[in-house]
Amino acid sequence: MSLLKVESLSKEFGGVHAIEDLTFSVEAGHIHSIIGPNGAGKTTLFNLITGVYTPSSGRVLFQDRLVSGMKPYELAALGMSRTFQNLQIFFNMKAIENVMVGSHLHLDRRFLPSLLRLPKVTRLDRECRASCAGLMEFVGLAKYLDADAASMPYGALKRLEIARALAAKPRLLLLDEPAAGLNATESREIDEVIKRVAATGVTVVLVEHDMKMVMGISDHITALDYGRKLAEGTPAQVRANPEVVSAYLGAHA
Amino acid sequence: MNIKTARTGGLALLAIIIAMAPIGFTNTYFYDVGVNAMFNAIVCVGLNLLIGYAGQISLGHAGFFALGAYGSAILTSTYGLPPLAAMLLSAAVVGLLAFVVGRPILKLKGHYLAMATLGIGIIINIVLKTESKITGGPDGMSLGNFSVLGFSIVGDRMWYWTAGVLLVLTVWLALNLIDSPVGRALRAVHGSEVGAEVVGVDTSSYKVLVFVVSAVFASIVGSLFAHKNGFITPDIAGFFHSVELVTMVVLGGMASTFGALIGAVILTLLPQVLAAVEQYEAMILGAIMMGTMIFMPKGLLPSIVASVKRLGGGR
Repeated sequence: MSLLKVESLSKEFGGVHAIEDLTFSVEAGHIHSIIGPNGAGKTTLFNLITGVYTPSSGRVLFQDRLVSGMKPYELAALGMSRTFQNLQIFFNMKAIENVMVGSHLHLDRRFLPSLLRLPKVTRLDRECRASCAGLMEFVGLAKYLDADAASMPYGALKRLEIARALAAKPRLLLLDEPAAGLNATESREIDEVIKRVAATGVTVVLVEHDMKMVMGISDHITALDYGRKLAEGTPAQVRANPEVVSAYLGAHA
Repeated sequence: MNIKTARTGGLALLAIIIAMAPIGFTNTYFYDVGVNAMFNAIVCVGLNLLIGYAGQISLGHAGFFALGAYGSAILTSTYGLPPLAAMLLSAAVVGLLAFVVGRPILKLKGHYLAMATLGIGIIINIVLKTESKITGGPDGMSLGNFSVLGFSIVGDRMWYWTAGVLLVLTVWLALNLIDSPVGRALRAVHGSEVGAEVVGVDTSSYKVLVFVVSAVFASIVGSLFAHKNGFITPDIAGFFHSVELVTMVVLGGMASTFGALIGAVILTLLPQVLAAVEQYEAMILGAIMMGTMIFMPKGLLPSIVASVKRLGGGR
């Protein structure tokens, strides 16, 4: 079953086609990677899927429901969550509070009970804190449980975003370059985290430049260039595709 | 644990200070200043939810304060409503107004939002000055005592205890809110709007919510202020009053409830201390604002807490 379908999607920025007539689908339970050279339109595609941008034309279907044009917070309620290439951490909060914001949709967030600190709110908050601590351990941030987000190193913040996205209990998780700026060891650790996330049944869409990671963990790959689909298939198929080799890996081949 | 002790400890300390302060009061004038300090503190604790926690600026909150004051004056004097009903009705109308104007203007950010809220304050000020048939114009309006079920609040002492109870209540409510799903969503809006959106926080609604809440706080205090003073003029809606409120929040500490409270108290007491150089009050206020931004941009209380932590943590 396809969890996510992108149909003839296009996005123009003042005459420049960032994404042009793109069609592909993501199977439930897969780790699906989007690859392509810088400027191929990967992040634009993420922004279109998650509602940060509105498409110029085309459709996005999530769980067979038309979602293009919906707001990011509406999509989150439907079970879609994401991380960002350039971090979008709440630096004014504790690390664990960042993750707790992730479970926003699963808490009692009515105004008056919050204002009066009703027992139900505090009980759910306590449970939320415990489960968010669990998520932080899950992504390998156990030692930052009491830390301020602002005091954490870059690599840890990358994982904090993953934990926050997981706290929303998504069915589809989009990761925008989770290994960018990390060293080889940290990359491998992120790799493990992604595999563990996928093993819990969450479908993962991954944008990543680290080819070793992409080829190692993907079930399916879509290659983009200049906003168009260049190739798709299993890692072996994409790696063997001559167009991908010349457009993307050309310099290294 | 830490948060919990800071909460209850802070609240208890506040209650003790309010209860003990009158020991040093040698005449009723002290009570009068105390009431004003606590009224300002209540407005600032509300305004700090908007400015400090949600990261949105408002240079128009004196307008909401004035609408609460005038609402009470008009409804009690002209229409004969009981003061409590007048205060609550005014607060509801101000909340509605804040909702209606907040929806479009909170889409703005930074300087643009500052200008738009400044505009609201100016409009309210002008309306109060020019609609003299309803508001008395520049001459102002007078109104009677505040009473609930036949029990009147009269005199500076009684107002002191009323304001004290309300301040403790306000701080309790604000602390509750900040440490709740709603409060975390507000702080997340400050941290990263898009980051909050993608996990399901409807950021525009939360911005409007906190704008309305802070406006209602200002309106209620405006009503009480009007009854306590017995007389109001459109000056309370003035730009200078809005800036004064923001300065109190910034000086005391953005995103710190007790900080905002301390800022309000300091800036209310300052003119009393500086009575000899009264004509330089605005200049001193400006200098304080500049000095705060340069030397402790996080505000008085957070800066002190941070340096105490540094000293304690240093080996």
